[in-house]
Amino acid sequence: MDIQPKMPKSWNAATKPHKFCPGCGHGLILKALGQVIDEMGIQDRVVFGCDIGCSLLSWDFFNVDTVQTHHGRTTPVMVGIKKARPDRIVIAYMGDGGGYAIGSQHLVNAATRDDKITVILVNNTVYAMTGGQMAPTTMPGQKTETTPFGRDVEQAGYPMMGPEMVAAITQEGAYVARGSVAKFRKLKEYIRKALENQIAMRGFSFVEALSTCPTNWRTNAEKTWEFVEKIMPEQYPLGELKVPVIKEG
Amino acid sequence: MGIIEGEKKAFMTGNEAVAWAALVAGAEIMYGYPITPQNEIMQYWTRLAPKHGRKFLQTEDELSAGFTTIGGVLTGKRAFTATAGPGNVLMQEPMSMAEAMRIPTVVVVQQRGGPSTATVIYSQQEVTLTCFGGNGEGLRVVYSTSSHQELYDYTIKAFNTAWKYRFPTFVLADGYQAKMRESLVLYDPEERGIEMVPTEPFVGKPGMPGEDRPPAHLRNTYNIEEELEEVLKKDIQEYEQMAPEIIEYDEFNTDGADVLVIAHGVVFRSAAMAVRKLADEGLKVGYFRPITLRPFPQEQLRQAAAKAKQLMVVESAYGQLLKLVKDNLYGMDLPIHTHLRPGVGVTPEEVVADLRTVLEGRED
Repeated sequence: MDIQPKMPKSWNAATKPHKFCPGCGHGLILKALGQVIDEMGIQDRVVFGCDIGCSLLSWDFFNVDTVQTHHGRTTPVMVGIKKARPDRIVIAYMGDGGGYAIGSQHLVNAATRDDKITVILVNNTVYAMTGGQMAPTTMPGQKTETTPFGRDVEQAGYPMMGPEMVAAITQEGAYVARGSVAKFRKLKEYIRKALENQIAMRGFSFVEALSTCPTNWRTNAEKTWEFVEKIMPEQYPLGELKVPVIKEG
Repeated sequence: MGIIEGEKKAFMTGNEAVAWAALVAGAEIMYGYPITPQNEIMQYWTRLAPKHGRKFLQTEDELSAGFTTIGGVLTGKRAFTATAGPGNVLMQEPMSMAEAMRIPTVVVVQQRGGPSTATVIYSQQEVTLTCFGGNGEGLRVVYSTSSHQELYDYTIKAFNTAWKYRFPTFVLADGYQAKMRESLVLYDPEERGIEMVPTEPFVGKPGMPGEDRPPAHLRNTYNIEEELEEVLKKDIQEYEQMAPEIIEYDEFNTDGADVLVIAHGVVFRSAAMAVRKLADEGLKVGYFRPITLRPFPQEQLRQAAAKAKQLMVVESAYGQLLKLVKDNLYGMDLPIHTHLRPGVGVTPEEVVADLRTVLEGRED
């Protein structure tokens, strides 16, 4: 008899199996988030916002109130909700294109304003939904549909170091980390801390999650795992970049 | 207790009138980004709001102002923003989402010159944009005001129209109305018997989602053509059903008019003055003014036009109202004269002069 691993309670069982490609990292990130929502007992207080790109496929993923927005605009929608209803726990879920390119002004300004929201940004180094074009996070030399000979930084520029930037522009109450689907327990811990930071209203909280895209990387299982586990962290170091100073009280 | 006791005569700018109207309408939060000529709406709001427990957020651009407004509305608050010109261009992205998801946003537009940065002063060049902006069908309500009293009245009404019918609602004015001072009467809607339509949260309702209530799963993306078609069919049907209930217009002396003048917004005032002057002289001239540009008073205009010999469209744009008029009069055979001054104000004297030319032309 097969025993299936338990689904988080906050997941919407009716929409499983989920709609992501085989080998995609979104399922793992949303599993970590689902487990954290369960463990913290916040399912009835969360408002989840998802962007355009593959993240939009999570619009009915959870049994939590969810708004699917426009490309890059999940941050302002969640900021708007938080301003009007500070008792809600808002999560802006987006890809690297949405957060670092088309919606970068929203990320920069929400972080600078110290809006009490949590952003979870999935870095898989490509625009996946549109078919594998170069993303702000495409690594130097990496081949994509719009960098067929590899990303030439002289011509196409350098990759965006998101958490480093957010850490630099936020106040001391901010929480900033970069996790990976290859280090699931750590990623889950970062997501948990980010949400705790929002609930404590200490400051902006941001987690970048390194993730996989075998469909657009055109990699088999082994190569996919090698890329996310070994190669990506060479460009994108894992760990906490900013942990709020909690005042004794 | 109301914010305004009884009727209060005031002499103020249109922007100030909008801030007061939003306040008495029970708007709880404004999200905004500076652009002339609407800035003072935010400036008055940020002074009034804290005294009444209302909120404000200055955003990084109009995209954010529009999307944060959507966020505020999703929590069940009367939320609004204001913009103009190039800001109105950016505002079309969030309002396209509001249209797709039936989110009752309220946006006040103070038109300035266009295209591009143009002037910070005045125009009627944002008619097409405000009525049909976004990659959709223009399922929105647009009120075109012509005075400070109307700015006040229709800003209050915009919240009720938006929340009753759940289509994004615009109050379309212009830089003259924004910046001029004019007298008007401020009042609490309740004291006039105007009941504010209750609001309702889209997200964050009480109870455990998936157990006590279904979770809100709000989206604007669809997998297949038929899925989208089904949603649009319903929205379009509801829009068309709503239209007769909210269409507003004004008309004068339309019976057997040699010339029927068609104008909206502040230009309507010049047009109306011109028409009344010539009518007083015994000339057969009348006017028709659409107050709702979306939905457009099609039947009413067609009835008025059917009684006229010829038409004259007057606007501070190069044919944006004209396009609406032609579209709505399709199939009727009537000469249409025009007085088009893109980005420039129109005086009653100009309209009188043009009308005389047309009327004399008829006598030839």
